[in-house]
Amino acid sequence: MMGQPHGYGPAWGPMTALIEIRDVSHRFETDSGPLHVLDHLNISIEEGGFTAVVGPSGCGKSTLTRLVSGLMKPDEGEVWLHGERVRGPRSTVGMAFQNPVLLEWRSILNNVVLPLEIVPNKLTRAQKEERARFLLDLVGLSGFEDKRPSELSGGMRQRASLCRALVHKPEVLILDEPFGALDAFTREDLWQTMHKVKQEEPFTGLLITHDLRESIFLADQVVVMSGRPAHTQYLMDVPATGPRALDDLYTPEAAERLNILRHQIQIAQGRTADDDRKEAAE
Amino acid sequence: MNISKVITPVLAVLVFLGLWEALVWVNDWPNYKMASPSDLGPAFTRYWELFLVYGWQTLWRTVAGLLLAIVVGTALGMIMGFSRTMRDGLYPLLVGFNAIPKATVVPIIALMFVGAHDFNTILIAFMISFFPIAVSVSIGLSTLEPEYRDILRSLGASQMTIFWKIALPKTLPEFFGALKVAVTLAFIGTNLMEIVSPHGRGLGALFDSGKTNSDYPLMFAVLIALAVLGILLYYVVVVLEKIFAGWAERQPG
Ligand SMILES: Nc1ncnc2c1ncn2[C@@H]1O[C@H](COP(=O)(O)OP(=O)(O)OP(=O)(O)O)[C@@H](O)[C@H]1O
Ligand SMILES: [Mg+2]
Repeated sequence: MMGQPHGYGPAWGPMTALIEIRDVSHRFETDSGPLHVLDHLNISIEEGGFTAVVGPSGCGKSTLTRLVSGLMKPDEGEVWLHGERVRGPRSTVGMAFQNPVLLEWRSILNNVVLPLEIVPNKLTRAQKEERARFLLDLVGLSGFEDKRPSELSGGMRQRASLCRALVHKPEVLILDEPFGALDAFTREDLWQTMHKVKQEEPFTGLLITHDLRESIFLADQVVVMSGRPAHTQYLMDVPATGPRALDDLYTPEAAERLNILRHQIQIAQGRTADDDRKEAAE
Repeated sequence: MNISKVITPVLAVLVFLGLWEALVWVNDWPNYKMASPSDLGPAFTRYWELFLVYGWQTLWRTVAGLLLAIVVGTALGMIMGFSRTMRDGLYPLLVGFNAIPKATVVPIIALMFVGAHDFNTILIAFMISFFPIAVSVSIGLSTLEPEYRDILRSLGASQMTIFWKIALPKTLPEFFGALKVAVTLAFIGTNLMEIVSPHGRGLGALFDSGKTNSDYPLMFAVLIALAVLGILLYYVVVVLEKIFAGWAERQPG
């Protein structure tokens, strides 16, 4: 690998489920009474795995990411990370959202460095910056280190946000619709960047997405969540031979996978193909 | 920093003074109606020592009141920004307090703390200027998108770290916007006390003595001096804003 500084980060253990979501249920208290969001949800992600979660809007996908990152505690059930029960936030997690939430008063470089200012580590300032530069280079942002976030395009900001999520070498990378606001071409560019990043910077990934093509392109496992209250409705394994180049998304095999997932989403939304036809006819 | 940035405002002031002089001259107004800029020079040279002494008194008391407003306003803003309950409770109180014309408060304060002129003046300057600061800080903090918090919280950062790294810097542009308003208000507060309840200190007292002696050029000269002080303090804030919140400025075009 390239010359990046060492001296922190997890020691990689044997292959076990790194993220374990066991029988998790959750309710929110709202003005109009309790809202049952998750209902005995089960997901298990192997170390180094990349799981995509799809499901109807509002079914609790973002809630799931907050439970895994320890920002929230589930009412029932348990979340385990690397053999330890999650009871609060932990620095072995990196997060990126649909909104890149870069700090406008910091340069791109300093935005990426931010987590290293918070997570305990022994790096010098120069080493932190070197680490940030390495990642920015990896995602194709070298030369933009000193720019302000507002000077970058949406796709570039999302790349920077990705670097910030990875800079402290988290075991777990949680992405909540990170490419949702981008145009189709930029999004596909970023998919390929993700593959590159995954090779250089090993992590265990949890990706929330609305884009089925994105899910089978990036993940090795796709979870379909049912409508609220959500449980695990369907699980699809995507073999390593699955679509890994953009052209692979247009093969009969990929079409078959997308079809199955689309069908599952319809079920999760409580619709059938017949409903759609009727609606369209009206 | 280019030359035209200095020359343009200086020219504007000169043009303004020229128009003023011309207006008085054309209308042939007597001094008591409207003093002209050429009368101001003599007024300043005759009393320049008084202007320095009184001007300094006005300035330091305004700045003291303003600093107090920054401390208290920021504290109130933080309380209201972080706690919904406190916001709901404090807002109506603050709005009500702010709605009271401060001219009516001056005699009350003067009676409450008889003889403590400096303290009274600072108090009025503070009371009139803390409100916009409190409101801007509270709005800045309460409108912070939750994702900003989550980014740091998910790394195990404390509330204090989140405040220093994100909430505070993100609020600075609004804070400085409010501070510019507060500077002018604080001056009004100081002079209100100096004029309504004169005790021989500050430019307000000088204005008052000009009034008593029917020295109209002096009165106008005081107004100009106040304007100069106001501009001075305003630009101090602008410079601070450039240093601490310059990032919020968008490049035009
Ligand atoms: N803090 C909260 N308090 C009350 N209700 C909440 C809270 N957070 C989320 N909800 C509700 O819980 C449900 C699930 O929210 P969540 O954000 O997890 O959905 P989602 O699957 O991410 O949706 P989307 O696909 O639109 O992003 C929604 O109906 C939402 O309104
Ligand atoms: Mg969501």
